[in-house]
Amino acid sequence: MSFISIKNLVHDFAKRDEAGEKIGSFTALNDVSIDVARGEFIGIIGRNGSGKSTLAKHINALLYPTTGKVFVNDYDTSDINNTYLIRKDAGMVFQNPDNQIVATIVEEDVAFGLENIGVPSEDIISRVDEALRAVGMEKYREQSPNRLSGGQKQRICIAGAIAMEPACLILDEPTAMLDPSGREEVLKTVKRLNKEKNITVILVTHHMDEVIDADKIFVMNKGRLVLSGTPEEVFRKTDEIRNYGLALPYATEVSDRLKKLGYDIDICLTGEELINAISACRNVRGGI
Amino acid sequence: MLLELNNVNYVYNEGTVYEKHAVKNISLSIDENEFVAVIGHTGSGKSTLIQMFNGLIKPSSGTVCYRGENINEKDYNRRALCGKVGLVFQYPEHQLFEQTIIKDVCFGPKNQGLTEEEVLERAKWALCLVGIDEELFEDSPFDLSGGQKKRVALAGILAMKPEVLVLDEPAAGLDPGYKKQIFDAIKRIHEEEHISVVLISHSMEDVAEYAERVIVLNDGEKIFDDTAGNVFSHVEELEAMGLSVPWVSKFAAALSKEGLDIRRDIITVDECVEALKRLL
Repeated sequence: MSFISIKNLVHDFAKRDEAGEKIGSFTALNDVSIDVARGEFIGIIGRNGSGKSTLAKHINALLYPTTGKVFVNDYDTSDINNTYLIRKDAGMVFQNPDNQIVATIVEEDVAFGLENIGVPSEDIISRVDEALRAVGMEKYREQSPNRLSGGQKQRICIAGAIAMEPACLILDEPTAMLDPSGREEVLKTVKRLNKEKNITVILVTHHMDEVIDADKIFVMNKGRLVLSGTPEEVFRKTDEIRNYGLALPYATEVSDRLKKLGYDIDICLTGEELINAISACRNVRGGI
Repeated sequence: MLLELNNVNYVYNEGTVYEKHAVKNISLSIDENEFVAVIGHTGSGKSTLIQMFNGLIKPSSGTVCYRGENINEKDYNRRALCGKVGLVFQYPEHQLFEQTIIKDVCFGPKNQGLTEEEVLERAKWALCLVGIDEELFEDSPFDLSGGQKKRVALAGILAMKPEVLVLDEPAAGLDPGYKKQIFDAIKRIHEEEHISVVLISHSMEDVAEYAERVIVLNDGEKIFDDTAGNVFSHVEELEAMGLSVPWVSKFAAALSKEGLDIRRDIITVDECVEALKRLL
């Protein structure tokens, strides 16, 4: 049984007029089926409005299916009795860290969720300690979050989520507002949590280079799941990806252009692959 | 010279325990028809700096001159300056407020004392520049997509006919397709209307793609002010400041380490493909 299992999920948002009367509906997700195994690193990519965030919210029971089913760790999200169990299993981190920080001291912010579910205080202290250590922010536990950089704040938000000991972390464009070093801090942290703690990661992003070493990528377009597979399988479909209004990882973009110009270069995902492909191509030519 | 800053300092909460020296002794100038990018880590002073460009905040010391006149003199017309130096903040779509798109874009020029016809003409011109269809003019700005909202907000500033357009992360959170639409609009404004553009961005790739000149801030100080190619050749210094260089620059450096003869000032994907063609 997969850890997350989504079956024929449809989500309609109601359109309402000024008086609040329903005047129609908009289908944000249309017949989406996805299976994710425990410990997998999943990338979700797609245009603005393609349904990525709506999909992510279903995994955390922030939204309920119009039709279809979503199971997280075997719990059905449409059963309201499961909501808290699911939110404990699936932690969520959003784009803007400033909208997610609630306390005036770092450790209090990380402890917020634990206090709400009634964890005894000794346990809170040790779990906050461990969460801050996991994101490399233990030195800042007594500081005020508003004096931290964007990347540090986002790591605090991740600490708050993992203090709940979730089996799964859903991150909705967590690096969109960060500078290059902040982005790297956050990505390294997420990748380490995935590897060391076997936390299932669902990363929604517009930066293709962030998902080239994911286990699987799902591509959303106009509410439908249009492509899925390993990064290699997905990004190999270069023209299809471009047609969905998306970009390619840089090495893929460069190798694809060279290939189209007639050079004997295969589609690459990383810089190393591209260097090897270029060297190989030169050696062949040198040999002739 | 349009904009000239001389030894400008800005200190927040001066004389208190929260004192922060955000901008340190910066001198720079923005000329007509330039496309300049300002890069720096979070908290490096970028936003503080640009708020001094049109007098939103007053430097603690030093002078800011627009066309040779000190904008912080008592009798300087700072209200008119806000139309000449247009600031587009992060998430400009949060500033949309009117019932229709056209009304929203008319708001700025209406406050400049123009006739109704002139205002409407300006608004239409600005919306056309950013590529918003005339059919949409009477729609609510709140029914638009994220990328369209950002372009409408940009048109609201353009309608005031600024001579300098300052943009703080205009494409944050947009997918690659919408991002290209925004940047294509900005590029067209720069090339066709000869408006100077100052772009703040965390994306080194976007900076390399669009800006001619790059200013680097670190802890409130100006570290580099040079062509994009020259600035991005300082890989280690930039990384030490929490910044980065475009992916293709890193790639070219790695290739040359492998002993391949490749130019080291490559900053865009096009340049990279051209250089590789020569190698193959």
